Amino acid sequence: MLVKAKKSFLQRFYLVEVIKGLGITMRNMLFAPKVTIQYPEERRKYSERFRGMHYVKATNGVENCTACMLCPTVCPAECIHIVAGERPDKEKYPVQFEIDVLRCCFCGMCEEACPKDAIKLSTIYEMSQVTRQVYDKDYLAEQRGNK
Amino acid sequence: MLESMSLFHLLTFLKFAVILVIILSVAPVMAWVERRGSALMQNRLGPNRIGPLGLFQSICDAIKFLFKEDPIPGHVSKFYYALAPVVSLVPAFMTFAVVPFASTIEVDGRVLGFQLADLNVGLLYVFSVASLGVYGIIMGGWSSNNKFALLGGLRSSSQMISYELSLGLSVIGIIMAFSSVHLGEIVQGQAEVFRQIGPFVLPEWLQVPKWGILVQPLGFIIFITAAFAETNRLPFDLPEGESEIVAGYHLEYGAMKFSMFMMAEYINMFVASSLIATLYFGGYHGLHWVLNLVPLEGMSREWMRIALELGAFFLKVAFFMWFFVWVRWTLPRFRYDQVMELGWKVMLPISLANIFLTAFAVYYGWI
Repeated sequence: MLVKAKKSFLQRFYLVEVIKGLGITMRNMLFAPKVTIQYPEERRKYSERFRGMHYVKATNGVENCTACMLCPTVCPAECIHIVAGERPDKEKYPVQFEIDVLRCCFCGMCEEACPKDAIKLSTIYEMSQVTRQVYDKDYLAEQRGNK
Repeated sequence: MLESMSLFHLLTFLKFAVILVIILSVAPVMAWVERRGSALMQNRLGPNRIGPLGLFQSICDAIKFLFKEDPIPGHVSKFYYALAPVVSLVPAFMTFAVVPFASTIEVDGRVLGFQLADLNVGLLYVFSVASLGVYGIIMGGWSSNNKFALLGGLRSSSQMISYELSLGLSVIGIIMAFSSVHLGEIVQGQAEVFRQIGPFVLPEWLQVPKWGILVQPLGFIIFITAAFAETNRLPFDLPEGESEIVAGYHLEYGAMKFSMFMMAEYINMFVASSLIATLYFGGYHGLHWVLNLVPLEGMSREWMRIALELGAFFLKVAFFMWFFVWVRWTLPRFRYDQVMELGWKVMLPISLANIFLTAFAVYYGWI
């Protein structure tokens, strides 16, 4: 249904309304706080739960991962490739731990599935590279967050 | 070579060069003002990286435009396609020939004027040249051989013609009030004292200069509205419309050809602003009181006067340039039928009524 808004004579004359509008834009220009984030100097603070670049958490310099294969199983993008091996003390560990980050959809399912608190998504979001990189074990071993 | 040229020609060339530089520097500065102004009004910051306050951003843009590939699409009519940006740009430049930037000064017995051509048909020349600008747009739209571009050109032609009527008619009031079409004389007329509103004589302390806006308040509103429509600026930027006809008449244009259309738009704004300042805001008048504050004698005083006049004129022009930007980022655009309705059903009758009112006032000697 078309409802016609009732307008007073002054409103129909437009000119007064135009001047009011000009006042609004001028007020915004001069006094309103600006929302722009000056990117390289200042950065947006993301929530701690932000799902950014991956890392494998380590305790005393040894990765938590036991190569249980839960994360490659749950991964919807099938981007985690783990080859399991055995340490001299019979502990299972990942010989190879690769994340094809170009396929990753950052859903965070791996992080949820992990029973050992090993695979983590940090708050880092600047992930551009000049090569098509696959994150290998050494790269992921870098501790990138406090989660 | 120099001996064969008279001093007059030399001076004219000099003036031409100065005016050309001023006009050419308008477009990049306005592009910056537009981007920063719109950003600030929308609570953003805008381009502020390159140079002080981002002022060199326009230079970077210009360099980018110059070095971009300049392709001519296969389906266009090549001659008119290449001609259209020039046709829209040149009339914009030409209008400036008659705008007086300051009054005259006498140097060694010679009178030096601060306008390129002191035409006695000034205002008529302005309108005849300004109306040529639309041909560039129509030509661009037609030669692009593209439906959207053609629609943009059509819209702009009908809009320009509709509003040129009220633009011309609103100025008739000014011509009647100052009984001249000579821009210099109109400006001189505005230096007189505004004595009365209608039959009511103002008291001595309220007598202000007789600026056009006081003599022709209604005419001013019509003129400025029509000027917005003539320059294709928001709220009347119908020739382009992203959601309806993509980029309109300059859809098929790229690189420097596109930027020539952009420049034409900004220079048209400059023309409109200087016309508003000249016709309705006293032209170069307004800063003469500063002369009484500085102790200068003889020639230096005269040059000071010229400097103040130039300052006053360009301050007014700058304000109206800003006003164009300000309005653009304040008002939403009209629908096409609303534009036509406003043009023919509102502006035209009011501008005709304004002529009658002015005639009435002139007859009773109020103006």
